Amino acid sequence: MTAAIATRGSALGRSSSSTLARHRQELGTFAVTIPFFAYTACFLVAPTIIVIVGAFQTHDGGFTLSNFNKLFEANTLAAFVTSILVSVASSVIGAVVGGLASYALVIGAKPNGLLRRMVSAISSVLAQFGGVMLAFAFIATIGINGVGTLLIRQLTGMIVNPNWLSSLPGLITVYCYFQIPLMIIIFLPAVDSIRPQWREACESLGGNTFQYWTRVALPILTPRFISAFLLLFASAFSAYATAAALFSQRSILVPLMIQGAMRNEMDPNQQGFAQVLAFAMIIVVAIVMLLSHAVEKRAGRWQ
Amino acid sequence: MAVNPNAIQSQAASQTAAAGTAATAGVDPASRPPQLRAARIRKQRVIKFVILFITLGFLFVPLLSMLLFTLRHPLSGRWSLAPWEAIFTGNGDSLGADLTVLWQGLGTSLALCAVTVVIMLLLMVPTMVIVHIRSKALERAIEWVATLPLTIPAIVLVVGLGPIYRWLSADVLSTNPIWLCFAYVILVMPFAFRAIAVGLNSIDVKTLVEAARSLGASWPHVFFRVIIPNLWQAILSSAFISIAVVLGEYTVASLLGRMNLQVALYQLGQSNSQISTAMSLLALLFGVVLLVALDLISDAMRKTKEGK
Repeated sequence: MTAAIATRGSALGRSSSSTLARHRQELGTFAVTIPFFAYTACFLVAPTIIVIVGAFQTHDGGFTLSNFNKLFEANTLAAFVTSILVSVASSVIGAVVGGLASYALVIGAKPNGLLRRMVSAISSVLAQFGGVMLAFAFIATIGINGVGTLLIRQLTGMIVNPNWLSSLPGLITVYCYFQIPLMIIIFLPAVDSIRPQWREACESLGGNTFQYWTRVALPILTPRFISAFLLLFASAFSAYATAAALFSQRSILVPLMIQGAMRNEMDPNQQGFAQVLAFAMIIVVAIVMLLSHAVEKRAGRWQ
Repeated sequence: MAVNPNAIQSQAASQTAAAGTAATAGVDPASRPPQLRAARIRKQRVIKFVILFITLGFLFVPLLSMLLFTLRHPLSGRWSLAPWEAIFTGNGDSLGADLTVLWQGLGTSLALCAVTVVIMLLLMVPTMVIVHIRSKALERAIEWVATLPLTIPAIVLVVGLGPIYRWLSADVLSTNPIWLCFAYVILVMPFAFRAIAVGLNSIDVKTLVEAARSLGASWPHVFFRVIIPNLWQAILSSAFISIAVVLGEYTVASLLGRMNLQVALYQLGQSNSQISTAMSLLALLFGVVLLVALDLISDAMRKTKEGK
């Protein structure tokens, strides 16, 4: 159907070169995009607007700011602090380890070697589609009856705290399990862009390894590293499935609080709470993404 | 290892070729004794090995644990293939598990994959092709919209989708989980957009269209006989990545109260964690296979582009 509209548009555009025909062609092109924009308006823009409007709405539809009072209650603030803490910690570890790993994958390897292919495919799966399954992986490793737990007990006699997985360090470890692979897939292209000729140039000018790293490689990689770190933060901050599978009851993270608020939506006390939390999440992620774009623009100078 | 002279500029060649090719790579061999470079490369190799060993160890240990966990009953300590048998025979009675939820979830997820891919392709491919030929401004607008879901987390989207789905299921459609496809098209959009954009940029669409049109082909003919055959690799990779996303989706389905594979895995995990772990491992493996295939396809795409 879309093709048919385009046909009419282009036929008119070709028959004469008058401005009217050109306008018609532009209209035709625009008409082709209508299904796409209509669809995204319904299922992407409309939900976002519902969230933003809902955050400012009273029970009977009037405007209010009182929904935001809940945002400053102690347990909501605690959830935000925990969420940010877990996201920052897992992003720092993920960015450093993943960055080193992508460097190790590139140096001294064929550009399309088997190892690199396999690692990037596994990384994509773990980073983007793992969700609940990653929680299962860690329950199988260091859960109550996990393989690692039993092994440690048999080898050293030490009993691993069965609640370790739902503690803060445990949660950070689980998050690292998708952050490190995510860093690998984001950062590999950046490491690829470092040319061996730069090192050779540095060496033929008399520079040593230390000087190469501090004067050449790191200044080029730093902006890309920072923008990758910010993307990692956004991904950890908005991750829901893994945490939801690990904690069935406690709402210690913002996404889990949203889940709780959605389940209790009929409670008049909870009116607009899910929307307010979601709105706050949009703000945090948007700020992070804008920063990341700004840093990336700076990095673009070197490409 | 043989050194391909064409690849001499690539990092790989200059690193593995060691001191012997240092001269051809543009370094004055007199300025630095070759042993020193060889020593550096050896050191680099050790560092590389240590880093990769630790990182890959961290990534593979949980996967290995998953496999062992499915083979050894955690309480009795007996080794058996029972969870895998249950999955492949479809009968979980030997472990006292009811697998109907799992099959229902798997069926829904597979159907969702198909429907999501079809809607995504119908929505994205014609629009992206025509906008690519006609209007740079509209193309940028579409890129911005299509990558927007990366900025709006699924957990936020689901808060807004709640009322929409309540209205859809009450007044227009049903509560059938297949209607999740509307939300899933949005979730796969950034990934699919990138895959198709790579394909569009690797062929000269404009020239192809003009050539076909000047030879008298109609627009539908141009689209189906000229553009689609040239884009099939990009279309295939966008479909693969969409399937991987849909199979791993949990947030939207669970919060809207619909059953899909991940929700079923989670529920089954409460009663029989061995079977759900085995099924998760299979799903992860399937994802890896899809992405390796995707990688090979994009490789082929690069080659056709370079071959021109």
